[in-house]
Amino acid sequence: MENVLSLVPVLIKMAIVVGVLLLLPLPLTWLERKIAAHIQQRPGPMRVGWHGLLQPLADAIKLLTKEDHIPAEADRMLFSIAPVVALVPPFLVFVAIPIGDPIQMFGTEIALSISDLNVGLLFILAVSGIGVFGTILAGWASNSKYAVLGSLRSIAQMISYEIPMGFSVIGVVMLAGSMQLSQIVSSQQGLWNVVVQPIGFFVFFVSGLAEAQRIPFDLPEAEGDLGAGYHTEYSGIRFSLFMLAEYLVVVVLAFLNVLLFFGGWLGGPAFLPATIWLLLKVGFFIWVFMWLRFTFPRYRYDQLMAIGWKLLLPLSLLNILVSGFVML
Amino acid sequence: MEREFFLLLSGVATVSALLVIVARNPVHSALALVACLVQIAALYVLLGAPFLAVIQIFVYVGAVMVLFLFVIMMLDVRKESQRRYLKHALLPGVVVLVILSGELIVLLTQSTKLHAAMGPGQTITTQPSVEALSLLLFQDFLLPFEVASVILLVALIGAVVLARSEADVTPVRSRKDHGEVRR
Repeated sequence: MENVLSLVPVLIKMAIVVGVLLLLPLPLTWLERKIAAHIQQRPGPMRVGWHGLLQPLADAIKLLTKEDHIPAEADRMLFSIAPVVALVPPFLVFVAIPIGDPIQMFGTEIALSISDLNVGLLFILAVSGIGVFGTILAGWASNSKYAVLGSLRSIAQMISYEIPMGFSVIGVVMLAGSMQLSQIVSSQQGLWNVVVQPIGFFVFFVSGLAEAQRIPFDLPEAEGDLGAGYHTEYSGIRFSLFMLAEYLVVVVLAFLNVLLFFGGWLGGPAFLPATIWLLLKVGFFIWVFMWLRFTFPRYRYDQLMAIGWKLLLPLSLLNILVSGFVML
Repeated sequence: MEREFFLLLSGVATVSALLVIVARNPVHSALALVACLVQIAALYVLLGAPFLAVIQIFVYVGAVMVLFLFVIMMLDVRKESQRRYLKHALLPGVVVLVILSGELIVLLTQSTKLHAAMGPGQTITTQPSVEALSLLLFQDFLLPFEVASVILLVALIGAVVLARSEADVTPVRSRKDHGEVRR
């Protein structure tokens, strides 16, 4: 019985995380369209609700009521599980993401994370690496050349950029002496990692953009030459699951950038609760990602590979070397 | 609770391992293998080795299996899956099966004796940590570690050389025509 009782807080936390993450893409799509519109000097969605605030709801209803089409030559089973496979990793990552120091509630100490693993950072990198399976399955199961091309591109891209991404955080791990995210945050007391590790931050940020397949690295779904890439054949609710996964990856990246390089919940003004301060920073990073999307053009494929292997990888190695020397 | 989890995980692992060899379609096989590897990673967590579990997912699921699928996607799977590789494989198959099941039976029946013969093993008292592992790797087992990395490097260079010699067959001219796309 006691075993079961100890599970209750974990289950509640999981329910909260899943609920928030499922609803989060709704405001985010609105935000993205508004930011796009204002950068391009137009009002954006205005009709549904005040300043188009209810537009995401209308979009969601449209997507849910649309016909769910499966191509005749597709591998039906893989085609239908691919969106779910794409959606699971971004949710799983949040298991290890803390949003504040432990708080006192109902007489017990409650940690503000589902499980603060001592290999947390490694877990996050590993799990976000699985995200590519959704893309692979979608592309292959669709049995369409655009979809296959899109997913081949994205596999090559994800594998190439996973390496500099993993290397760029080694500097942070060296400074904190731990892979536990809460310890990484508390090691930034006084001085944020972005000051000590500017190269690491740059490499992490850029390869994060590439991992999330956002502009300027969104070649897997380059609508100009591939239709829509791996999800060309998807429609209705399955398509919306892919959109959900894409937005959640952006949220995950924003969290990681803040926790690893911008002091997490530390350094806020005294009147703000630490968690709110953390969420404000995360919101800022989400905004930066959207801002970049409407500012940069897309790289060519060979440029993409050259940036990954010839620029980011050596830079991240150099970063490890320099931090090692400085620390010794 | 732990036993139920173990039964669930090992059950799924066994079924998906079976699917790897039963499935006709190579992509389905590869995915079943992915499922199996994930279950094994979960078993590592159950055994109190989260680091090993994460590495398992990182290396096998995140890298090796993705490359497998990458290669399979390049092939015409629908045609390949009809072909039968290894004709007359029945006899060697039966031999391997007999040997393996014999080994398993010996292990299952004699395990207590074998255990006694090996003597008391080292029991780990402290919670295994990443620090302890790295100290072990870089102090006690430094030489094997470095040797392994050199061997891997040699294998890597060998793979590049093998891939290169085939690429040279294609005329250089045609590669230039495509704006010299090099990967």
